[in-house]
Amino acid sequence: MHYNSGDTAWVLASTALVLFMTPGLAFFYGGMVRSKNVLGMLMQNFVAIGIVSIVWVFISYSLAFGPDWGGFGLIGTLHFFALAHPNQTIPGYSGLTIPPLVFVGFQMMFAIITPALITGATADRLRLAPFVVFVVIWSVIVYAPIAHWVFDPNGWLFKLGAEDFAGGTVVHMNAGAAGLAIAMVVGKRRGWPKEPMPPHNVPFVLLGAGILWFGWFGFNAGSALGANVLSAHAFLNTNTATAAALLGWILVEKIRGGKSTTLGAASGAVAGLVAITPACGYVDIWGATIIGLAAGVICALAVSLKYKVGLDDALDVGGVHLVGGIVGALLIGVFGTAAVSGANGLFYGGGLSLLGHQAIAVVAAGSYSFIISWILAKIIHKTMGFRVSPDDELEGMDTALHAETAYELGGGFLRSLASSGSAEAKIGPPQDQPLTDLFRKPGERR
Amino acid sequence: MKLIVAIIKPFKLEDVRNALTKAGVVGMTVSEVQGYGRQSGHTEVYRGAEYQTSFVPKLKIELVVHDEISAEVVEAIVEAARTEKIGDGKVWVLGVEDLVRVRTGERGADAV
Repeated sequence: MHYNSGDTAWVLASTALVLFMTPGLAFFYGGMVRSKNVLGMLMQNFVAIGIVSIVWVFISYSLAFGPDWGGFGLIGTLHFFALAHPNQTIPGYSGLTIPPLVFVGFQMMFAIITPALITGATADRLRLAPFVVFVVIWSVIVYAPIAHWVFDPNGWLFKLGAEDFAGGTVVHMNAGAAGLAIAMVVGKRRGWPKEPMPPHNVPFVLLGAGILWFGWFGFNAGSALGANVLSAHAFLNTNTATAAALLGWILVEKIRGGKSTTLGAASGAVAGLVAITPACGYVDIWGATIIGLAAGVICALAVSLKYKVGLDDALDVGGVHLVGGIVGALLIGVFGTAAVSGANGLFYGGGLSLLGHQAIAVVAAGSYSFIISWILAKIIHKTMGFRVSPDDELEGMDTALHAETAYELGGGFLRSLASSGSAEAKIGPPQDQPLTDLFRKPGERR
Repeated sequence: MKLIVAIIKPFKLEDVRNALTKAGVVGMTVSEVQGYGRQSGHTEVYRGAEYQTSFVPKLKIELVVHDEISAEVVEAIVEAARTEKIGDGKVWVLGVEDLVRVRTGERGADAV
């Protein structure tokens, strides 16, 4: 077995880049919620890193990339349970020039950010314990199978010929569909859409979008699994599409008679990153530019749909990640070119077959994710209570769930005066909290 | 003694302070407040959703002056704070019954 040190170094660096995207996403989302919920949002994203890191190395990696179970291309076996056989060639990856463990780590970061992406749809209203349970189970029964179908050369969609370079279906459509499913189960935020819920810190949103953009070079160019010509294509396509989408989104804002907004520029960039993700290793610079521009324009229009259907997808995970993922996945069928890699799409003489495969992948991944996520969310909602109580929701997640506030603005000064009076600080755990509290029904108070 | 209260646009604070210094006023208290008058709020847009904010950020200035210069001080504030656009604010004057300087214990007009 011969490993290439350049390839290995690049994928290791990419792994770290992709991990950094999740805190970036936390800030992208955190800035968009109200200040009373910012810690709740950051926490859900950070906790996702904790949960999936563990679940992945023990179980879900093996289900996604282990030897195919029964030859159906649906799911892997537990052959690689707890990283057993760490130096064995991964089935279907005989040409891999990096150690299998590097691949495990790289793919882990994708598995982490996917459930983290969901939190935008359900912002401001999920309790932490049910969310933890959801992410553990979801990583195993939703993420792992879809990753197997699409990424694993033995997966049925891969064998069919559907193309997804870095996770347009596996990560973005998947998260978007799941986010909409949970948002449907738990219901809208109190007061939505009548009560204004503007972002509390737009600079955070831009900071987060910047971190995402930076980390995305690892996500996309790293998905070449080597430091080579293909990774360079992916890198430049990623940057070009993102730039086009940023401009597309603010152009839509301007044309609609408004002003171009900072939030719109950040949102457009993310929409472009999402859309180019599946396509970055299959299209040339023309394809990347058109895909980016299309994503910026279409997503800018799609985010208004939630008001029409009355579904409180709080931070537009459906409008940006589901729609952006679909745009990217389908346009591979149009702009895919063998000159870069993969099959030729409609514009390059490949006919309709690639577009057809892409459409099948979109429908299969989207509907599986939506249906299973809906059922799982429903079960958790009925047994544990997925939602915070109305009082806690009003108070905000930061103090109600985490006993912290993000900023000492407004009341911070008076609060510090009030607490300076007590000479003995209470150290140790707060009042005994019965474990049954984890299973508190929505609306119930202690 | 008069208590003068002025609500002004935040970016007019430096102009007003300079005008007051010229008019011989040596101290004031400023606080950040929110409110609305005929201007009645403004619109913010986030991802296409328009939010009508009813309260607009303003500054409130409070100062106590001698009766003789009260009218002149009010005039100075009004001149300095005016942009001739809606939302310039208001100034009002109240009589002050008593006043104490905490450091010295001086009372009444001596404490101004």
